[in-house]
Amino acid sequence: MSEFTIKDKTAIAGLGETQYYKRGAAPVSEFRLALEAIQRAADDAGIPVTAIDGIASYSNDRNDSIRVATALGLPELRFTNMFWGGGGGGGSGAIGNAAAAIVAGFATCVVVYRALAQGQFGRFGATPSMRTISGPIAYTWPYGMSTPAQWIALRTRRFMYDHHITQDPLAAIAMACYHHAQSNPRAIMYGRPLTRQAYDDSRWIVEPFHLYDCCLENDGAAAVIVTSADRARDLKQKPVYIMASAQGSDFRQGAAAENGPDYATSNFKTLAPRLYAMAGIEPRDVDVAQVYENFTGAVMTSIVEHGFCRPDEVMDFCTFENLTAPNGKLPINTSGGNLAECYMHGLELIIEAARQVRGTSTCQVKDAEISMVVSGPMVAPVSDLILRR
Amino acid sequence: MASNENTESKTYLPAGMPAPEPTRDGLDREFWEAAKRHELVVQKCNSCGTFQFAPEWICHKCHTLDLKWHRVSGAGRIYSWERVWHPAHPALKSACPYIVVVVELPDAANVRMVGNLLGNPKIDVAFDAEVEAIFEDHPEGFTLIQWQIAPR
Ligand SMILES: [Zn+2]
Repeated sequence: MSEFTIKDKTAIAGLGETQYYKRGAAPVSEFRLALEAIQRAADDAGIPVTAIDGIASYSNDRNDSIRVATALGLPELRFTNMFWGGGGGGGSGAIGNAAAAIVAGFATCVVVYRALAQGQFGRFGATPSMRTISGPIAYTWPYGMSTPAQWIALRTRRFMYDHHITQDPLAAIAMACYHHAQSNPRAIMYGRPLTRQAYDDSRWIVEPFHLYDCCLENDGAAAVIVTSADRARDLKQKPVYIMASAQGSDFRQGAAAENGPDYATSNFKTLAPRLYAMAGIEPRDVDVAQVYENFTGAVMTSIVEHGFCRPDEVMDFCTFENLTAPNGKLPINTSGGNLAECYMHGLELIIEAARQVRGTSTCQVKDAEISMVVSGPMVAPVSDLILRR
Repeated sequence: MASNENTESKTYLPAGMPAPEPTRDGLDREFWEAAKRHELVVQKCNSCGTFQFAPEWICHKCHTLDLKWHRVSGAGRIYSWERVWHPAHPALKSACPYIVVVVELPDAANVRMVGNLLGNPKIDVAFDAEVEAIFEDHPEGFTLIQWQIAPR
């Protein structure tokens, strides 16, 4: 094994979540939610919160690391890191960065967190009302193409055209997420199952995305504690080992005005081979996956780019039966995910991936050993993660 | 009915959308100035001939800084499209649905541009359909590049 790997050298030792709220419904401030989630993750790990000496986040988290460290009275902050890019692209990467910091000796115990309170701040899905705009957005916004739903719909449409794909896989992905949320009392959509009829009848946001193809927007906070594998073995919970993480982007995926050369990619064609190589496994070894659903179309292309099926097999592979626990070929988003549990920018997906390894999911895959996370498809940069028992 | 079928409006989308301005560093000034003259231009590398859109300060292929603006015919081909039903911007509240297209420019190595497809927003658009650029002048003093199905 190469000396230069994080493989199995670190583990997730603590998981913390606040209650998840509907958008704008959090009764306390976003910063306080972040503190509560971090405290809960430390409690879950069985460590004092002051044992944290590193902080990693992503998506331009508003809750500054130094403010968090100060509020919690951390004696010594040794690592502070932000994964570049918006959306959920950096979720797995933040865990990977935490692991790398520990392997490098920068820090010994790193917390990754995400907090959102959209009543206090703005919505993600709305376009700010600016009178004039310049640069990359000037080539799209004046045409009413300004939201992630709109750019991901364009790319999904092309992928569907190229590979003769109907609405069925998108519906199956949405229904799988909602199905799993029905077993998860924490989920915003708990008690609200989704039928195919209701999916088909729901309003279009932008074709080919119905309302139910689009992520929620929520309030809450989540936190994950990463530490060395050795230390994790002495802590309260069964360690969830970090096998591998990859981050980055394919060739020129930042080209503005829809000029990424590989147009309909989820942006994992270069990451997935590196991820599997670091983990030393193949797609068939993965027991369960949490795939960031900004929109169902990007889940579909992520499943393809992680090698679970070829593009021409999507119609057969991406079915409700295959994507649901406990017996599907690749159960995805087993807590309900961004579509039906909570939109915590995908950190809740990483928590669910760890629960699957611990054996504590509300939709537990039997004997799940290897658990994958895919963060932020169709944005750039993106990241992914493999955890194991 | 969608307001983009409103005969009073000469623009596809209603007034109140954000107006494009050249970047202050001058990178894309010529693109917007050319549009006002009803000319469509994209970047072309003086050294290796690579086309680029959106503009950059450097050729991504050969890394020269020697780039020029190259006028193209305005012929395009639909690479992808979508019909938008949810108004993400307040100005669009009565304008949905409308159609957004991604258009390839075959005479510039298939670089792509985003625009609207003029005409009935309820039609289904054919992939690879041939389109032509239409210059849509706005009273605020800028010009957008729009697209319409090319006459056969
Ligand atoms: Zn060049």
